[in-house]
Amino acid sequence: MPTLIKMPKLSDTMTEGTLVKWHVKEGDTITMGKLLADVETDKATMEMEAFDGGIVHKLLVTPGGKVTLGAGMLLLLAPGEEPPADIAAFAAANSDAAPAKEEPAKKTGAAKAASQEKRSFTGTLPPMGPGQKKRAPADSGVRVKASPLARKIAEEKGVDLTKLQGTGPGGRIVRDDVENAPVGGSSSAPAKAVQTIRPVAGPEDERIPLTGMRNIIAERLLASKTQIPHFYLQMEVDAGPLMDFRSHINASAEKTGGNKYTVNDFLLKAVVRAAATVPAVNASFDGDAIVQFKHVNLSVAIAVPEGLVTPVIRAAETKTLLEISQSVKDLAGRAKNKKLSPDEFAGGTITVSNLGAYGIDQFSAIINPPQAAIIAIGSIRKAPVVNDKGVIVVGQRMWIGLSGDHRVVDGAVAATFLAEMRKLVENPALMLV
Amino acid sequence: MPRLIEYRQAIREALDEELARDPMVVLMGEEVAQYNGAYKVTQGLWEKWGDKRVVDTPISEAGFIGMGVGASMLGIRPVMELMFWSFYTVAWDQIINNAGMVRYMSGGLINCPIVVRGPANGGTGVGATHSHTPENIMASFPGMKCVCPATARDAKGLMKAAIRDNDPVMFMENTLLYGEKGEVPDNSELPEGELFIPLGVAEVKREGTDLSLIAHGRAVLTCLKAAEILEEEHGISVEVVDLRTIRPLDEETIFESVRKTHKAICVDENKPFCGVSAQIASSIQLHCFDDLDAPVLRVSALDSPAFYSPPIEKLQLPYPDVIVAKALSIC
Repeated sequence: MPTLIKMPKLSDTMTEGTLVKWHVKEGDTITMGKLLADVETDKATMEMEAFDGGIVHKLLVTPGGKVTLGAGMLLLLAPGEEPPADIAAFAAANSDAAPAKEEPAKKTGAAKAASQEKRSFTGTLPPMGPGQKKRAPADSGVRVKASPLARKIAEEKGVDLTKLQGTGPGGRIVRDDVENAPVGGSSSAPAKAVQTIRPVAGPEDERIPLTGMRNIIAERLLASKTQIPHFYLQMEVDAGPLMDFRSHINASAEKTGGNKYTVNDFLLKAVVRAAATVPAVNASFDGDAIVQFKHVNLSVAIAVPEGLVTPVIRAAETKTLLEISQSVKDLAGRAKNKKLSPDEFAGGTITVSNLGAYGIDQFSAIINPPQAAIIAIGSIRKAPVVNDKGVIVVGQRMWIGLSGDHRVVDGAVAATFLAEMRKLVENPALMLV
Repeated sequence: MPRLIEYRQAIREALDEELARDPMVVLMGEEVAQYNGAYKVTQGLWEKWGDKRVVDTPISEAGFIGMGVGASMLGIRPVMELMFWSFYTVAWDQIINNAGMVRYMSGGLINCPIVVRGPANGGTGVGATHSHTPENIMASFPGMKCVCPATARDAKGLMKAAIRDNDPVMFMENTLLYGEKGEVPDNSELPEGELFIPLGVAEVKREGTDLSLIAHGRAVLTCLKAAEILEEEHGISVEVVDLRTIRPLDEETIFESVRKTHKAICVDENKPFCGVSAQIASSIQLHCFDDLDAPVLRVSALDSPAFYSPPIEKLQLPYPDVIVAKALSIC
């Protein structure tokens, strides 16, 4: 029977490989161990060797072609052997549909012997040989710590060990964990990332049940602090020009009855502008990629009696200062009256938290996941400043902080963003053009 | 009313009964006859059976063990006493190469039904050269049998089996157990008329459901104490398996217990390196892998020659708290 050489499993996580180059051509006689091809996996380009000998009858893949794991790549014939009438049909029938599929029972004795050889051969490229059935947790690249008994019971019950939290020594999943788990493994209690250290409460202490909002804050910020590698930058800026600019505009608005702007309105505008200029911070980490957003959807942290909400001003880069100012007023008002709809909290790409009104000079904020940056605005306060003439004068200073997800943003990029912020705050007229 | 007798008396009864049953049985060793044995195991036997059946030997283990090996090849069933099993090294060649290998080397033509017996234990302040526990060493030679009774009852029944066995049997007693009293039925109470416990059969000394402690010799008693603490203070139900014979080894009883409790700790007074518990742990992981809910643990003596200082020596051998602590780490 002709031998179909298939795409081997060359890395734990590969699901397909790209043929880079054939090292054999049709008609070649090859022996076991012969270098057949270079295959690019998700990790590296690797050499694929022959585990069978014979005559190369047909190369089924051309260089550059992507081949699913277990799919046929090359048809090998024994000397004098007739090729199958329909090679494509033969290849399709003999390819493995799934990566870890058991060897089909229909194989002949000779083919079985060949597969035994495959298993015992220790070349540079150990393939995912037949019969090497792997369990789901190993396939997904996560090593689950579970006792052998727990694994056995999990397999019998159909419980996914990756979804369980082990209670044995060192967090090992033991029998009880599996037996108490619902079938399918979607444990009702999600795996806790860290062990909770509980407080000791006496009879005089009050126990306040978590509100829905507090629960969400707890979950999301715990996830943020435990999953996102934060880094923190702080930059001091001269808020004098901004204060002058604002009083100038507001003075004229008083006469005309126009919109009155808060300092925060300008800062939001500056953040939006800077984010549009440095789009790398307007992004999210997504496992195997970084998502950079087209629009700046600005989450604005608003304190409410129950806690904190972060409604979103959508496509803020398309909005004027006036529109931003009106949006914030509207959102803040409705937040306090609990009139915001759930979709108004969704889809933010960067957050601003301003504690200036509370007298905080500077702080390091926790990123609002899955965003990559949060901007922390401090208060504007008078301070002695050495101006560019070397003279000490009374200045108006403000700290702007940035907390970044280092998987997405590096320090230099974040610094560019803050420099852009400073340029806008210190030259506020630029925000209007 | 159960009959309680000392471990040493139980062995004496076995020797006495075998001397009576078979005229080929003889006892030999340093001071086994006129002095009644260094630890009084053979007390009264010389007086009863006389010079031909109970024989004092010079202080020459290589010589008299060799004599016993030769005698056994000619049909005698000698029971040789080593005052301490620690002196086996002096008679190493006779025990291993002659007694242990002759049946194999002769193609099965020559049997060597010798019993070498004596105390093999630490914990008595007699120093490193007198405190060896060579059951792991003896058991590592195919052709040898090795017995380590923990109770008076087992000591009696197994001694009778050892004497009647046609292969060399290394019978390891314990000076700390000689004075321990245990329930041993009188022959008149037994339907068979005697107490006979075959070699190679382990016994569950205590039934439990959460953890198996697997031990032999005095460690069995330590395990029983630990099991009580675990049950009373921690609500853990512990099974204690007494190997009784190291070789032949009753693996099925061990596996049955582990398949029930899913957790095992192997306890012995051997040194940890290549100890009996290492062998048992290896067998368990091989045969019960999918039944294990925790790694197989071991508790052995501390890895050092026997400490001479009695207070420290006490800590060298496994004691209940160590076993309890290990158990709690996996239960």
